[in-house]
Amino acid sequence: MSVRVGDAADAPSFQRAALPLLDDAQLRSNVRHATNVITLKRAGVVNEQHDWQQLRSAASAIKAHTLRYLDHYLLQFEAACTAAGGHVHWAADADEANRIIVGLIKGMGGTEVIKVKTMTSDEIGLNKALEAKGIEPHETDLADMIIQLGHDKPSHIVVPALHKNRQQVREIFMRAMGLKDLGDNPEDLTNAARQYLREKFLKVKIGVSGANFLIAETGGVCVVESEGNGRMCLTLPDALITVAGIEKVIPTFRDLEVFLQLLPRSATGERMNPYNSLWTGVHAGEGPQQFHIVLLDNGRTRILADQEARQTLHCIRCGACLNACPVYRQTGGHAYGSIYAGPIGAILTPQLFDMEHSQSLPYASSLCGACFEVCPVKINIPEVLVHLRGRVVREQQSAVNLESMSMRVLSRIFSNRRSFEAAQRLGQFAQWPFVSDGWIRHLPGTLGNWTAARDLRPLPRQTFRNWWRERESRKQ
Amino acid sequence: MRISLFITCYNDTLFPETGQSVVRLLERLGHEIDFPLEQTCCGQMHFNTGYQAEAMPLMRRFVETFANAEVICIPSSSCVAMVRDNYPRMAASSGDSGLMKAVDDLLPRVYELSELLVNKLGLEDVGAYYPHRVTYHASCHSLRSLHLGDLPLRLLRKVRAIDLAELKDIDQCCGFGGTFAVKNSDVSAAMLTDKLRCVENTRAEVCTAVDNSCLMHILGGLHRERAGVRTVHLAEILASTEEDGVS
Repeated sequence: MSVRVGDAADAPSFQRAALPLLDDAQLRSNVRHATNVITLKRAGVVNEQHDWQQLRSAASAIKAHTLRYLDHYLLQFEAACTAAGGHVHWAADADEANRIIVGLIKGMGGTEVIKVKTMTSDEIGLNKALEAKGIEPHETDLADMIIQLGHDKPSHIVVPALHKNRQQVREIFMRAMGLKDLGDNPEDLTNAARQYLREKFLKVKIGVSGANFLIAETGGVCVVESEGNGRMCLTLPDALITVAGIEKVIPTFRDLEVFLQLLPRSATGERMNPYNSLWTGVHAGEGPQQFHIVLLDNGRTRILADQEARQTLHCIRCGACLNACPVYRQTGGHAYGSIYAGPIGAILTPQLFDMEHSQSLPYASSLCGACFEVCPVKINIPEVLVHLRGRVVREQQSAVNLESMSMRVLSRIFSNRRSFEAAQRLGQFAQWPFVSDGWIRHLPGTLGNWTAARDLRPLPRQTFRNWWRERESRKQ
Repeated sequence: MRISLFITCYNDTLFPETGQSVVRLLERLGHEIDFPLEQTCCGQMHFNTGYQAEAMPLMRRFVETFANAEVICIPSSSCVAMVRDNYPRMAASSGDSGLMKAVDDLLPRVYELSELLVNKLGLEDVGAYYPHRVTYHASCHSLRSLHLGDLPLRLLRKVRAIDLAELKDIDQCCGFGGTFAVKNSDVSAAMLTDKLRCVENTRAEVCTAVDNSCLMHILGGLHRERAGVRTVHLAEILASTEEDGVS
């Protein structure tokens, strides 16, 4: 089984990818502005919800229960969806999912598809797979369309083009749509997008969607969005193909009550999404007359097997952790080298995918805990980050590296009072070559990363314990 | 009350004045201080960097050293968070039932300094005098692990002659994050810049916190900028009295 997460295989380490982004003043201004706006809106609608903490607990409990009995609920979903006229396909990995979807489209004689925002299709690299077989995908979610037309990569789970501002979107539209002139008001941009998209909606006969929730009890699928472009994709084509991760299933229709309160508030700071689409199989004479759903594993069962990390699968892709994260707020999403950016990306990508750069992701956090605090399904992201750091350390155990040697030596030193005190004395002497005017301004090696931006106060001549000893001896 | 002090390895080595202030403050309030010399480090750096196996002997050492302590005071919220949040999980993962029980017995006796003063001793006014303009930085662990809320601010508001300035974006991380500051030093520096801007905008001469780790980071940036702002641990402010003079 080969697990793939977009183009993550070629991505550089987080540290390296972050450097050019930190220097991009326009991007940082855009990211700062957007995350501030969403964070404030979210705080407003969360604070008015008096049972917010109970809702979080309920959502966490529903997810934990569903994952515990995932096999049961997936089979229940398959049976109910099939009974309602849908076709359920199972895909172990990205390649199998792409093969199934390409096969379905070819079977229908399709050469184009319209897509409504589906991260899962980005995860499996569906657009590339379609293009390779001569099928043209058209992204219809406004932000995804901006990314596609600008040959860019998404930088946020909910707001993929968050790193672009209005003027930049205007330029992308003018170039891609061949427009001579275009204003940069939201109305002008929306009108241009509308004209461009309406033609696709009316012409293309196959839709591809993602899913926010799969309802085991009814076999229904739920997609929430803000624009109505999704509603077009879900209702106008003759055939609809949905691709969804197996963790998207929830037991009952009633459970939506919890998630549809948490998700919009966490994601966009809205009380409710403007468009909440729910459908179950097919209905004669109404909507797509063929419905296929591809249930994707792509590494999820492996995450499920890890007791400490399985809470990662609770994620409902609201993006609140990205907006709250002080690291994401500096770099934006591209530093994470995956369609899953921010804190959730830092735990999800390395679990889905073994690659060099994923080893850097669990360390792309100061463990400040802001992500856990806002997570609507209570994923303790810092706890999972530390767990995954442990995995990185174990995997690198055989390699000779300065960090692991220092850490092991330090652990020995700290395990004994005498060696600890000797190390304190050694530090007091060893630092003197680096001290000038009472401060340390340059350190060698890795520690030089500290002094690149910060000074350091030298170790004082007397430790606390020696002060204490002196005081005690004076008392006697 | 007999209070055992876990000073933490970096306060012991880098910030002895913080430990001295804790001793001075608690003795002034009439308590007896005990400092077990066998203590070293809680294991936080090892645990959080992924060296969980290497943190295990340090936890055992902590648990043994403080087994008989009546009350344990730790002037560092991140070390308290290490003990409270991670020791139970580490003990459970060891499968050693004796260790699990020892950790369970220990936890209710562990207090961060402001928790000890306000929650355990019922004090807000500790008789301190500090004639300086001060801004308080809420460290991430104090906010989101210990949920200290406004405990440190309640103590600061009762300090005589203090001029407290509110810090904007008080809940934002300063970018330290232990080894994060070295492993992702550029992003960490960008986060620090935001924090320094907020600190400098308060026009405070002193920035305080309950964690010297954050303060070491903030001071590193302030000094590099020659901002002329000092950092001082909360314990040092609370230990100051009029008799000490203006320090």
